[in-house]
Amino acid sequence: MRSKLKLSNVLFAAAMVVYVANVLGILFTVILNSISKDWFRGVFPRIFTGDWYRYVSRDHDIGNLMFVTFTVAILDVVIALIISFPAAYALARKEFRGKGLLLSLFLLPMIVPPMAYGIPLAMLCYKFHLAARLSGVILVNLVPIVPFMILILMPFIEQVGTNLESAAVMLGARRTTIFRKILVPLTVPGILTAGILSIVKTISMFDLTYLVAGGNTQTIVVALYADAYAAGARPPQAVDALAVIYFLTAMICLLVALKFVSPTQMVFKLK
Amino acid sequence: MSSASKSGTKVLLAPAIAFLVLLFLYPFAYGLYLSFTKADGAATFSNYLRFFKDPWDFRTIWTTLWISVPITFINVGLAIPFAYYMRRGMKGEKTITFFLIVPITLGAVLISEGMLSYMGPRGWLNQFLMAIGLVREPVRFTHNYLGVVISLGLSGFPYAFLMLLGYVSGINPDLEKAGQMLGASRLQTFWKILFPLMVPGIAIAFCLNFVMAFSVFPSAVLLGQPSGPTRVIAIAAYQWAFEKFNFNAASAISMIMAAIELIVITLVLVWRGRMYKGASIVGKG
Repeated sequence: MRSKLKLSNVLFAAAMVVYVANVLGILFTVILNSISKDWFRGVFPRIFTGDWYRYVSRDHDIGNLMFVTFTVAILDVVIALIISFPAAYALARKEFRGKGLLLSLFLLPMIVPPMAYGIPLAMLCYKFHLAARLSGVILVNLVPIVPFMILILMPFIEQVGTNLESAAVMLGARRTTIFRKILVPLTVPGILTAGILSIVKTISMFDLTYLVAGGNTQTIVVALYADAYAAGARPPQAVDALAVIYFLTAMICLLVALKFVSPTQMVFKLK
Repeated sequence: MSSASKSGTKVLLAPAIAFLVLLFLYPFAYGLYLSFTKADGAATFSNYLRFFKDPWDFRTIWTTLWISVPITFINVGLAIPFAYYMRRGMKGEKTITFFLIVPITLGAVLISEGMLSYMGPRGWLNQFLMAIGLVREPVRFTHNYLGVVISLGLSGFPYAFLMLLGYVSGINPDLEKAGQMLGASRLQTFWKILFPLMVPGIAIAFCLNFVMAFSVFPSAVLLGQPSGPTRVIAIAAYQWAFEKFNFNAASAISMIMAAIELIVITLVLVWRGRMYKGASIVGKG
């Protein structure tokens, strides 16, 4: 019995070490490559340089990439909250016909992968001249975020007791007042969770953004893909320098997010 | 309830429903419409016929299945024992889940770019494998089938694992204890009690992992051979849309892609229906 338990401990630990070592290996290779020269052999590079970052800042408008990335992420979170919060409230509190159907329809954009619905969506953007524009990029990125937010917000709203609302109604408060003075303040943790996770998701959303973004409406991850795709057009270390810029941006947001949430909340919730 | 409350519900739901219709259902319907028409709007089946007759495009279905099915089995198959092992929590759980969430968050583009150097012929992985004497020549991990599969494993495994972990830790621990008290071995407890209760979670984890793998795009381009062994169906759809600017043909491929995903999901749910009957006792005790 005891030896069996130990074997499973060893297997688990070994697998985790292999996994973590490879993830770290991938990340550190990118980082070291971006600050070194002539690293063709050996475990570590010998010559270090900041040239590739200078190269990237000449090659790309980093300021604009950051501006687009964060404008899209933040505006999407705000718009998505305005759409999702009332819906999450209705789905958490009210009973109505077709509720189950509506819930499963809201799940669809989370289950269907972006590449499957993204192409028709991108074509619509072309049709309505939204492609390559910031508004188009913001619009398409709403698709995975709104259902995600509804699902996160629902349990938070369920936790708020109905007593406070009933009291407010009896005292003559209007619905908008109830939302503003009772529900929103009491669900701040849920709003923060949904908001920060959505920002992280949008920053790393490649597929949808790639399908509609144009020259100066690219986010960092799309620019990174374009550079990596055109391998040979620029030194690989310069691509890695942009990769590090993206990595740091996404990582900082992830670390902030993990202050508020647990990693299991970042994947599709099963219950 | 009064009719005022009902109309209130409608007002609350209106923005979200408008969003769903305009940004998800309408584009999908538009894609369906495009796939059955020519560029001038005339009805036709030619977009579908062309796909099935053109071996270069038709083959992408098998190419994509050949990549996505094995790695989905591997990801979910590994996630089950690991989630089972961690179901009661453990020391260092936060660190482990952190490293699992990193590849998911960073996304396929960064992982692919990193893998190109790390797993390249002179990268750390090959240096390590040669140093410990496991291989004599550098192994080719990139620009082939293997590279795409590894990248899908790196991001798909943690996804399946975290999903199942959330699920299995919600299974009432008393059930397991009851089984053990009645004399069941550890293995029996797993197969007869926990596994059947995990089946619904496994089914969803499998479906989501499969659809993600089946619509693989950036890593198939960057890490694979996009003009050959890893020309997946998403690449075909992309090329028709944005390189040949034939939106009708591209829509047809998107619809075929969605249809195959739907078929696999249906198969998995049928399997689930056979495996699992009875009330869900997954509540937290």
